[in-house]
Amino acid sequence: MAVVAGSSGSLRRYALTRLALVIPMVLILLTLVFVLMRVAPGDPIQSALGGKLSPAQLAEKRHAAGFDKPMIVQYLEYLRQVVTFNFGRAITDNQPITTILRVNGAATLELTVSALVVALVIGVPVGLRAGRLRDSAFDGFGRLFGIVTYAAPVFFVGLIFQLVFSKWLDWLPNSGQLNPIDQAELPSHTHLSVIDAIWDRNGAAFSDSVKHLIMPALTLGLLLCGVVIRLIRTNIIQTLKGDYVEAARARGVPERRVVLRHAFRNALVPVVTVMGLQVALLLSGAVLTEETFNWPGIGNRLVSYLSNRDYVAVQGIITVFALAVVIISVLIDFVNAAIDPRVRY
Amino acid sequence: MTAPSVAESGGGSILEPTPTPSDRRQGPINRLWQQVKQAQGFSKWLLWVGAAITVIFVVLAVFAPLIAPYGFDQYTSGGVRFPKQAAPGGSHWFGTNVRSVDVLSVVIYGSRTAIEVVVLAVLFSLLVGVPLGMISGYYGGWLDRVLVLIMDALFAFPYLLLAIVIAFLLQDSVGSGVLTAAIAITVIYVPQYFRVVRGSVLSAREEPYVEAARALGARPRTIMGRYLFFNVIQSVPVIATLNAADAILTLAGLGFLGFGIQPTQAAEWGYELQRGVADMGAGLWWTSIFPGGAIVLLVTGLTLVGEGLNDVLNPVLRKRSGRPVVLPRRITRGPEENA
Repeated sequence: MAVVAGSSGSLRRYALTRLALVIPMVLILLTLVFVLMRVAPGDPIQSALGGKLSPAQLAEKRHAAGFDKPMIVQYLEYLRQVVTFNFGRAITDNQPITTILRVNGAATLELTVSALVVALVIGVPVGLRAGRLRDSAFDGFGRLFGIVTYAAPVFFVGLIFQLVFSKWLDWLPNSGQLNPIDQAELPSHTHLSVIDAIWDRNGAAFSDSVKHLIMPALTLGLLLCGVVIRLIRTNIIQTLKGDYVEAARARGVPERRVVLRHAFRNALVPVVTVMGLQVALLLSGAVLTEETFNWPGIGNRLVSYLSNRDYVAVQGIITVFALAVVIISVLIDFVNAAIDPRVRY
Repeated sequence: MTAPSVAESGGGSILEPTPTPSDRRQGPINRLWQQVKQAQGFSKWLLWVGAAITVIFVVLAVFAPLIAPYGFDQYTSGGVRFPKQAAPGGSHWFGTNVRSVDVLSVVIYGSRTAIEVVVLAVLFSLLVGVPLGMISGYYGGWLDRVLVLIMDALFAFPYLLLAIVIAFLLQDSVGSGVLTAAIAITVIYVPQYFRVVRGSVLSAREEPYVEAARALGARPRTIMGRYLFFNVIQSVPVIATLNAADAILTLAGLGFLGFGIQPTQAAEWGYELQRGVADMGAGLWWTSIFPGGAIVLLVTGLTLVGEGLNDVLNPVLRKRSGRPVVLPRRITRGPEENA
């Protein structure tokens, strides 16, 4: 603790520098989203509602949404929306985007966090063992497992799970987040169905929500699992070559302790960093998983809004995805800086 | 050193001495091949199994019209409509799907679509990413800074979303065929080549040989084309293979979400899986297991090649550097042990 206090000055400076670097990154991402959504042929109102309303009504809607203003004004307006976190309402179903983000975002969070847990619980031990026993049969198996889980598209794995566990064995529900009865009865405190069920001490809803969560979490978890195995394996191989590992062995430290405390700890920094970069993979996988299991997450909504050409909703959701990636990568860097003093500059 | 290696890769006439100038051109490829041949154990196994799988799919793709029993969207034969969702067997080895199309033909034509898209996407990303990375790394300055920021932003973006949005935007102007999918996928992979190439250029441009070239008055174009290019593309084969694998998954993902290649344009595995979701609920496994299995196989094949190449080329992972030394046995045993 004393060490941390002593170095807090440089950690704070690191944090500030890192945050300052975030601003141009966020601006570029936001501009990218804005430009992408504006190069689309036709304007948003026309694409979403064209044919359903009269030209006069369309013009009125367009005016109300500000799409008749000059581009630069629209851009500044968009930036203001991001800063105030108020993205207006979806064109097609008139829902406030912020509500969609909160309600469906919670479902996505539930899915991604549990998938991450699955990936770490399977991936870390397998990766560790494979790296330690390099070129053994176990290593070969571990690598192959990593490759195959990566090679199988999430939706294909999901479909196979549905076929086996839902259709053939009838152990788990096919799709969705809760069965309709629990859905109706369970009040939403957090929009995380498992947490809500615990909150209300509703045993039936809890087991139902867990049952619904198992297949999606496993599906997305397996996708990440391959990345985890590969990462841990490569880094363990590298750190095991270190002189300090040799020194620890020479001092008679048990092999288990050498691997777990000396090698694994040092392998952790690159692992954390690269896992941070996998947020993009995680979110992309989540979109596909949600679509497969009809999970009411944010990706599921995004796909339906895209199909309905609701640019306002799409823009809001994509902006939040981009912001999430940046925020998580900054958090990861802070965690790394806290673990490893060498990271700070 | 050079003479036997050139002869080996050229297919072997030792009688005719190969002129040395060609060695310069063949250098990198030759070196790559030499390293590949040195692969041992698991890496070798990875490389060859992966290559075999990939070759099978390439053959399927090239000769699809000859191999596939029916067309990719053919649902009648001789005026008779195929049965709908028929189980595998009889004249339809893999069964038929909800559109009465033969699943085996869809799988075979799907490999053609996948390979077309992947080759185009990898080519496009190389053509854009490598020059941009070289220019950015060599010149530096504000251009470099701006490009790095843009590429980092693209890299950080959830890749599938980026592809979806691009494919969605191109749907109206370019259509929803192979080209749209390839462009959408290209956008995702450009930043990777950019980063790797820029990084290598940054370190390579300080090397004495580049400085010497500059001192001799070589123009930037010459330096980049003749001196830097072959030195900075060492890691590109690994990335390209792994990206090819990833591109197939992205293509399938696009198809699955309904933003990929439409069934009227070409057969696409991801789209078949999307249609298969409903079939799975009814227990009709063949409409999705076969296309899905094809994806898994091809991606595995390409990944194995990439992993194997990485094992062989990546100095951190490589166990054996240089040629395996074969010591003469027995004769020099005594003195060797003392040394």
